[in-house]
Amino acid sequence: MAELNTLTIAEARDALRKGDVTSLELTEACLTQIEGAGALNAFVHHTPDLAREQARAADLRIKAGDAPSMCGIPLGIKDLFCTKGIPSQAASRILEGFKPEYESTVTQNLFDAGSVMLGKLNMDEFAMGSSNETSVYGDVINPWRRGNDDTALTPGGSSGGSASAVAADLCLAATGTDTGGSIRQPAAFVGITGIKPTYGRVSRWGVVAFASSLDQAGPMTKSVRDAAIMLGAMSSHDPKDSTSADIPVPDFEAALTGDVRGKVIGIPKEYRMDGMPQEIEKLWQDGTAMLKEAGAEIRDISLPHTKYALPAYYVIAPAEASSNLARYDGVRYGLRAKLDHGDGITEMYEKTRAQGFGPEVQRRVMIGTYVLSAGFYDAYYNRARKVRALIKRDFEQAFAAGVDAILTPATPSAAFGLGEMAEADPVQMYLNDVFTVTVNLAGLPGIAVPSGLDKKGLPLGLQLIGRPWEEGDLLNTAYALETAAGFVAKPGKWW
Amino acid sequence: MSIDKETAAKVAKLARIRVDDDALPALAQEFNTILGFIEQLNEVDVDGIEPMTSVTPMRLKRRTDVVTDGDQQDKILSNAPDAREGFFAVPKVVE
Repeated sequence: MAELNTLTIAEARDALRKGDVTSLELTEACLTQIEGAGALNAFVHHTPDLAREQARAADLRIKAGDAPSMCGIPLGIKDLFCTKGIPSQAASRILEGFKPEYESTVTQNLFDAGSVMLGKLNMDEFAMGSSNETSVYGDVINPWRRGNDDTALTPGGSSGGSASAVAADLCLAATGTDTGGSIRQPAAFVGITGIKPTYGRVSRWGVVAFASSLDQAGPMTKSVRDAAIMLGAMSSHDPKDSTSADIPVPDFEAALTGDVRGKVIGIPKEYRMDGMPQEIEKLWQDGTAMLKEAGAEIRDISLPHTKYALPAYYVIAPAEASSNLARYDGVRYGLRAKLDHGDGITEMYEKTRAQGFGPEVQRRVMIGTYVLSAGFYDAYYNRARKVRALIKRDFEQAFAAGVDAILTPATPSAAFGLGEMAEADPVQMYLNDVFTVTVNLAGLPGIAVPSGLDKKGLPLGLQLIGRPWEEGDLLNTAYALETAAGFVAKPGKWW
Repeated sequence: MSIDKETAAKVAKLARIRVDDDALPALAQEFNTILGFIEQLNEVDVDGIEPMTSVTPMRLKRRTDVVTDGDQQDKILSNAPDAREGFFAVPKVVE
């Protein structure tokens, strides 16, 4: 058998059920890898004792014949998820020392299914960033390098720790969250699969909120099959999240037939950006040809408001963030700034938030405050919400015309060097999410599938966008693309 | 719309984030870059379009208005930077 930490969820599940391996062995293999991978800075809170305890319990369940697919599978959990008694600080200084008294619904669902938590994963502070450079824990390093060049590359963001950990085989899979592309962009940057489900499929309860109308959690995995298995375990109707959908969770894995004959794949002309690297263009054409070869019908479509998705996002997301992050006030949890003699409550708020939030979070909270302030609410916030309605309508019209899924590039480039964007203005960094952010605004499911390598040997991904609630069908199309693309490259181990 | 130093200071105040005076010009400049990007939205014809209020068309769930939780004062205070006698403690608010 291959090194245990390199197994997919599906492979590990089958081996566990056959008795060829125990969860404790899988867990130990991952813990050893994590210990040797400090250079990646992916795991920031380690929970080896809990992992071993959960693994032993999983082994008993498997022996007793009570083994859901995720039983005994060692996972990394993004620091955005509240985990009971374990530091959960959204990679922010303002939540230093915070240990939740409760468990997020997603992690509870995974634990109920028998999964093992290895530790908490690095990320951009409050999930605000596209390069994992805004974390209080420091940058995450991408296990991939440009050929023999040892420049440290970003794993993308905000789920950069999740991406790096899965790509480097430190765990079998990881949880991520996606507000504007934070699962799909990092997945593409490290050559793994990541799906953001339909808004409402996965409970947001216990996930530190960034922009509540856009946030969704999802799995980051080594294969499309694993994404189907893990998404099933994460999903549920949850009375504690009022936007959680009260609809049954289908067996996503059962949808993976690989048969896409007759499916209509839309190719949106607006995603062909000026200055798009030729390699991305070619990747997209190749992916289109693969799906055509597999029997799908390719159709050119138009999503006319695409161009306005990023500006609308940079009104709506900061507006919601400014409201959500108002709770960090130095009173109930986390950091309180040291106060000077005579300081009152206002000084406490202002100093705590200045010291506790990093520059990008401060910037977004203030932009959000501005667009919601008296006199600008209509001009910015309401206008953005109207444009959002138009973006959603674009997709609805495409689906109504018979399109089953939409194929686009996942990112406008391969992974870039850490620090390379330091001199750029904030908007340049925001452009990373140009292909993914539309999907959050419209509440649709979207998946990134590794599909090729660029000239320097870095992974590139394609994105498929599906109809709401039809993740099974979307995963099946992704499965067909994965099979045709045959992406098997792995980063060479240098860490 | 251009944001000056005074507006930046006002926004920082509203957001309850302390920003030093000498950092305000750079902050105002960043705001202007981002707002300049957002200005593109003015090109869109939004006449007759309702602002989106719900990502998925659904009626929020109703439940009976009863207490379903409580009696966990210790847990609620366990993460507070300063808790005393069962309360969150803050600097003096009223003189």
